[in-house]
Amino acid sequence: MSAGELAGLGIAEARRRLAAREISSAELTADCLAAVEAADALNAFILKTPETATEMAAAADARLARGDGGLLEGIPLAIKDLFCTNGIATTTASRILDGFTPPYESTVTEKLFAEGAVMVGKTNMDEFAMGSSSETSAWGPVINPWRATGDNSQRSPGGSSGGSASAVAAGLALGATGTDTGGSIRQPASLTGIVGCKPTYGRCSRWGVVAFSSSLDHPGPMARSVEDTALLLQAMSGHDPKDSTSADVPVPDFAAAIPGDLKGLKIGIPREYRVDGMPDAVETLWSTGADWLRAAGAEVVDISLPHTKYALPTYYIVAPAEASSNLARYDGVRYGLRVAQADVNDMYAATRRAGFGAEVRRRVLIGTYVLSAGYYDAYYLKAQQVRRLILRDFEEAFERVDAILTPTAPEAAFAIGAKSDDPIAMYLNDVFTVPGDLSGVPGISVPAGLSAEGLPLGLQVMARAFDEETMFRVAGRIEDAAGFDAKPAAWWRGES
Amino acid sequence: MSANGQDLIQGASGEWEVVIGLEVHAQVASASKLFSGADTSFGAPPNSQVSLVDAAMPGMLPVINRICVEQAVRTGLGLGAAINRVSIFDRKNYFYPDLPAGYQISQFKNPIVGEGEVEIELADGRTQTVGIERLHLEQDAGKSLHDQHPNLTYVDLNRAGVALMEIVSKPDMRSAEEAGAYLRKLRAILRYLGTCDGNMQEGSMRADVNVSVRRPGAELGTRTETKNLNSVRFVEQAIHYEARRQVDLIEGGGQVVQQTRLLDTERGITREMRSKEEAHDYRYFPDPDLLPLELEEEMIARIRSELPELPDAKRARYVAELGLSDYDAGVLVAEKETADFFETVAAGREAKTVANWVMGDFFGQLNRSGLDVADSPVSAAQLGGLLDLLDDGTISQRIAKQVFETMFQSGEDARTIVEREGLTQVSDSSEIEALIDTVIAENPDRVAEIRGGKDKLVGWFVGQVMKASQGKANPQLVNQLLRDKLLAG
Amino acid sequence: MSVDKATVRRIAHLARIGVEEEELEGLSGELSSILNWIEQLHEVDTENVPPLASVNHATLLPREDVVNDGGDPDAVLANAPERHDDFFAVPKVVE
Repeated sequence: MSAGELAGLGIAEARRRLAAREISSAELTADCLAAVEAADALNAFILKTPETATEMAAAADARLARGDGGLLEGIPLAIKDLFCTNGIATTTASRILDGFTPPYESTVTEKLFAEGAVMVGKTNMDEFAMGSSSETSAWGPVINPWRATGDNSQRSPGGSSGGSASAVAAGLALGATGTDTGGSIRQPASLTGIVGCKPTYGRCSRWGVVAFSSSLDHPGPMARSVEDTALLLQAMSGHDPKDSTSADVPVPDFAAAIPGDLKGLKIGIPREYRVDGMPDAVETLWSTGADWLRAAGAEVVDISLPHTKYALPTYYIVAPAEASSNLARYDGVRYGLRVAQADVNDMYAATRRAGFGAEVRRRVLIGTYVLSAGYYDAYYLKAQQVRRLILRDFEEAFERVDAILTPTAPEAAFAIGAKSDDPIAMYLNDVFTVPGDLSGVPGISVPAGLSAEGLPLGLQVMARAFDEETMFRVAGRIEDAAGFDAKPAAWWRGES
Repeated sequence: MSANGQDLIQGASGEWEVVIGLEVHAQVASASKLFSGADTSFGAPPNSQVSLVDAAMPGMLPVINRICVEQAVRTGLGLGAAINRVSIFDRKNYFYPDLPAGYQISQFKNPIVGEGEVEIELADGRTQTVGIERLHLEQDAGKSLHDQHPNLTYVDLNRAGVALMEIVSKPDMRSAEEAGAYLRKLRAILRYLGTCDGNMQEGSMRADVNVSVRRPGAELGTRTETKNLNSVRFVEQAIHYEARRQVDLIEGGGQVVQQTRLLDTERGITREMRSKEEAHDYRYFPDPDLLPLELEEEMIARIRSELPELPDAKRARYVAELGLSDYDAGVLVAEKETADFFETVAAGREAKTVANWVMGDFFGQLNRSGLDVADSPVSAAQLGGLLDLLDDGTISQRIAKQVFETMFQSGEDARTIVEREGLTQVSDSSEIEALIDTVIAENPDRVAEIRGGKDKLVGWFVGQVMKASQGKANPQLVNQLLRDKLLAG
Repeated sequence: MSVDKATVRRIAHLARIGVEEEELEGLSGELSSILNWIEQLHEVDTENVPPLASVNHATLLPREDVVNDGGDPDAVLANAPERHDDFFAVPKVVE
């Protein structure tokens, strides 16, 4: 067996082999840990946890031997460093959390570990999940395992869950957790050729997930197939009384919903998602995707989501406003960084200056501004009203159609640094994903093809709130039809 | 005092009217905090009653306490206020070391309780209505200790997250006396309702006092807010000082500046709060971690049906049904413990007698020993026992008072003392007649005066006989026998 | 909407983020351009549109009033940058 072979297995296949005792979690985990060790060039991890992983794998093997393994027993996962992990440093890629070790476990990771998952490490990301390129990390940018054909320059994996995306795409773990506030699961999934799902708001608990924007933060799974993603979501979901915004609804068997044709389903193609300057490959892939769904039995219709163009500006009021308040707790008093000063207000200002990177500071300032006296109505209230109109667009569309098909991102992976100097150009990367966060409806990105430069492109499927089953079934047909099996050349191992 | 009954204060340039509004922060009586399961008890070691939610650890989320919501509804109903079926929790953003999240969860635009009112009674017998603007639920902050270290402030988060009701009055008060009466009445109502223990020393009730002055009937003046006053006396002190300061300031050609002030309780003066110098911009917005709070009609109806009798209703009943004077009824209902004590004693006994005893000897002893009703060594049942001995003639009124004093010292039952000390009233007429005969024999002159028509001297003879019996003779019997002997001829 | 340097200074103070004098100009430009881009929202007619704070349609589920948390000062204080006995310690605050 060659190195990375086990680490490259799908979750569903690995489960089968683990259950049959053909492989052990110890072997599988060791293969992932070796792959992680060989992939420092991707900078996908803030913290590697090989000892924890080895212990968890041994425990998983013991449970498998007793025949009482959980849904993800022995499966190595990468955990975004926004999820608090008990006794293991959690930084959210920020200096402000220097030295912070949570004495608690996030609900989502607790559920995953309760099902037997093994943690290989904490993944790198945009600081506080604020970004679309995973470049704003205090630990440096994450590198996309994919490179353009004939071009060795480094590409961004997207963000903010770029570390999780790169880790999954490069075969360092079988799956990962991410969070999606404006597209932070789906966009990096698209840019790295993997599957990423943002479930309905309230499906996965936010308890123990470091808050960026509470009304928009969605924890969710990332993996290399639709089925694997469904299995992870299954384990991550469920009502949590500790999160008042968690939905008290049953969790269906998501994976069971994938097979089957699309007869009787109507798929909407929103005309407002055809944006200026979209590359031909994206445009073509989108219509090809519609053809695939038609071929699977669906009726494809044009729809309108008229307020789409206002989603990004709405997002850039709501998210910074909530963030400005959510990040007020990083004050150097109870945990994390403190820059000593004789006066307490000077201590706050110096600590937060040193602890937060430029993009976080920028968003906290914008958020503070839009909430401040005299501007609340013009900005925050207005954004909340437009947010309702965006939700109504979806509610009206879902009276006509069962799912919506769009590109996930307007372009393939861009070069590291390409957008760093232009915040708005960076923000535009989330144009197709932000509406789903504002409206809370579930969305999934499925790798569906390659750009002209040989970089992966994803298609997004959105469905009604709490109808992830339809979303997964449609995603499954795209996956089948696309037959996406391209892999990045493993240059980071020095093989290229 | 002006003709319309309002208290005006005299300045160099004429009369000024003081306008006062109170914001009272009352700690909700609950076992755990508003949004976490940490204990709310007073006086625990530092940071021992702090959950990770209270400490605002990353990723922690608030979950509302059912009882705190019910207590706010109960209080609103007790204040005759409108209950809002939907209310919203907002974040009030500001930095302070004892505010862990950097925001306080409060209710800004949509509070749980709307307008209500409180009736107050003043010393001259006037009653007055003070409007309630609103009541909302919010979190308390932690405690900063500034005096433990020369250049550090220590922070204890035990109070952080404890549920408070902020009860905002309308600017309806015109004197320190009215503000004091309002605060006392509000405290009584909360204690009757069981929604706040009203313990001002422990900080369970604190008041922020808004004071402004104006020419009578003119537009409202600029107000100052003196914060965190934890006794009625401090509230009155702050008002006296602020009113005078503002009048002097304006008359001296200055202007009142809207600001937050602190009371120096030792010197009785207020001063500007330095940490609040900058204008605040709290950036309120709905807390996205919490959904709107919706109340079910059945819950409100259930709480309404369970409301206890409140002081105003109780007072009216004491007057109408028990025949007490309005004044006595008012005194008895002012504190829930007093009313409870009175009602326990009065059950099956003559209310007026009980009222006289409670307000007379009982209060007198409590005052002398500096005790509250709750700490009384004599229980309501014990006082009842004493009154029964008085009522059935076992002891005389005078002996009863003496026995009560002993009860207060020893905590014993009246009967135990009466029996041990042989204080049972003498109602044996032969025994009394013997005493009467002795007294008559010793005072022939006065006997003659009576027989000469000075009937009133009979009273003097009663006194002498009682004295001779060491107070144990039944006074009615003494009176009767004396009249028979002295006036019959 | 243009955010001048004084405004940047004011909001930076509200947010307790230290800003150097020479950064003000740059921040003023960045924030202004973001706010100008956001201003396109004012094209949208939102007359009588109720604001949407959460997409979750549910109401709050309360917890029962039981003490089941706290009681562990070490867990609360373990990450403190400065701890004196069982207190957090900060530079002296003048009231």
